[in-house]
Amino acid sequence: MPDLTALAHPIGDALVSSQGYDVEMIRRDFPILGTRVHARSGKPGKPLVYLDNAASAQKPRAVIEAMSRCLEQEYANVHRGVHYLSQRTTDAYERVRDKIAGLLNAGSREEIVITRGGTESINLVAATWGRKFLGPGDEIIVSVMEHHANIVPWQLLQSERGIGIKVVPCDERGVLDLDAYRGLFGSRTKLVAITHGSNVLGTVTPAKEIAAIAHHHGVPVLFDGSQAVVHGPVDVQEIDADFYALTGHKLYGPTAIGALYGKRGLLEAMPPYQGGGDMIAEVSFAGTTFREPPYRFEAGTPPIVEGIGLAAAIDYVRAVGLDAIAVHEHALLERATAGLNRIEGVRIVGTAPGKAGIISFVMDGVHPHDVGTLVDQAGVAIRVGRHCAEPLIERFGVGATARASFGLYNTLDEADALVEAVAGVKEFFA
Amino acid sequence: MFDDLRDLYQEVILDHGKHPRNFRHPPDANREAKGDNPMCGDRLVVYLKVSDQGIVEDAAFLGKGCAISTASASMMTEVIRGRSKEEVMALFRHFHELCTKDEEDRGEPEAIDPDALEKLMVLSGVRQFPVRVKCATLAWHTMAAAVDGDTVVSTE
Ligand SMILES: Cc1ncc(COP(=O)(O)O)c(C=O)c1O
Repeated sequence: MPDLTALAHPIGDALVSSQGYDVEMIRRDFPILGTRVHARSGKPGKPLVYLDNAASAQKPRAVIEAMSRCLEQEYANVHRGVHYLSQRTTDAYERVRDKIAGLLNAGSREEIVITRGGTESINLVAATWGRKFLGPGDEIIVSVMEHHANIVPWQLLQSERGIGIKVVPCDERGVLDLDAYRGLFGSRTKLVAITHGSNVLGTVTPAKEIAAIAHHHGVPVLFDGSQAVVHGPVDVQEIDADFYALTGHKLYGPTAIGALYGKRGLLEAMPPYQGGGDMIAEVSFAGTTFREPPYRFEAGTPPIVEGIGLAAAIDYVRAVGLDAIAVHEHALLERATAGLNRIEGVRIVGTAPGKAGIISFVMDGVHPHDVGTLVDQAGVAIRVGRHCAEPLIERFGVGATARASFGLYNTLDEADALVEAVAGVKEFFA
Repeated sequence: MFDDLRDLYQEVILDHGKHPRNFRHPPDANREAKGDNPMCGDRLVVYLKVSDQGIVEDAAFLGKGCAISTASASMMTEVIRGRSKEEVMALFRHFHELCTKDEEDRGEPEAIDPDALEKLMVLSGVRQFPVRVKCATLAWHTMAAAVDGDTVVSTE
């Protein structure tokens, strides 16, 4: 049972009841889940079965209300007002830093940089740490499972600085090849930037081991936690992560907000990211000095309302409990996996042990795009394509996949609805 | 379960999707272009043999795509063969309108062979599915690039 007395705000009805995980109660916290899709004159439409959570998750009422409350009652700019509302807004906004630090078990709130999302968090490291510490001939290690957000920023540095990028392969199940990883280190290896959870395969990578191996070589590690942080508890100290990136909108929070955890020593050694207000200590035309981390990396008016929304989202998932969410999603995953495996001609791409609630699959003779359009008619929302991970799609030689991804509010009936819709697709194209 | 989709996936489309015509690489092709729709993962190459007089003497394609894009590519290769570059581009303009606009909003049809238009009509169901329009038009964009001499087309 989560300790709800520890929460600053009431978080709605979604309490894990003494009977266990009460998904029906949780669903009532998400207004959008009552939507019917494809309603047309004379037709009521289909109940929404939302299985595109890895792309973006829906928002609980607690988040929506926290954001409206801010806009309706307590909105002003932050960090710069002497007046009442500015102070109130600043306090509320700064709380998100505490919430993120709590979620990741960071050693201190100053190790949390608030960003506009997972993409910006990684770009920030590439643009500051990377520009300062990487030169021609230096190497970084990524994996074949990366989202483009953890490939392209490094490629930009590659063309700017002439760094080398080495790629850790994975096996047929989507398990990272740790032996190959060990073999990639050399005297010029300066950084490991690797996903903690694949948005395509659902693989959760062994972060602690990855970090230990890198540290053995004296190399820091950045984890792309955009997916991993949603599917189970993460403790950056226990992993011993040097950087950890996350994004708000997959965590049931708003868009355009995310965070970067960075160990204090690393952040302190990094130059600013963007220049502007809020990040400076003193400005004169003779020279400007910059604030301490994390503020040095937060130029300009931040995403205030979004920050307040993210704080509410973190309260929400922690109240439900990340352990409980992981168990629930695992049950959904098993149900859908078993169901899809029973359909002849369907092949699941990504079968790593202990994977998160994400299922990519392909179907003999039917392109994923057609699968997506068809199951959508049954109300089932999934994503199809290359999922911003083209090298990985290439690795599995499939061209594209259909992907269902589960969230904390999905039900076993919805897992069945997916399977039934996919079985229908097969029949349609038979 | 999928009754509302019969407009989009008409029998002809399913047939061309499963058994694409002109699915080959003609050895005497003198123009080719690659088409890519990174959003959904469709990829194809269109091959043309264009005569000195500007007649498309052969049209073919290879690639991997959804039923809509495969059927559209297949039907395209059938309808453009034997036509002049100008005629082919007029057909493309018309086809694009067919896929994106309702009947009353379409421009005056240019002087185009009505049989070809009739044949392409079956794909007009995509206009009810805006994200699928690119699937239907990918082959055409790619073909136009091949005619123009461009080589890579992306319809994201
Ligand atoms: C693994 C992974 N990394 C990074 C990102 C980028 O996150 P965002 O688009 O929120 O910046 C995503 C999501 O799209 C993702 O799945």
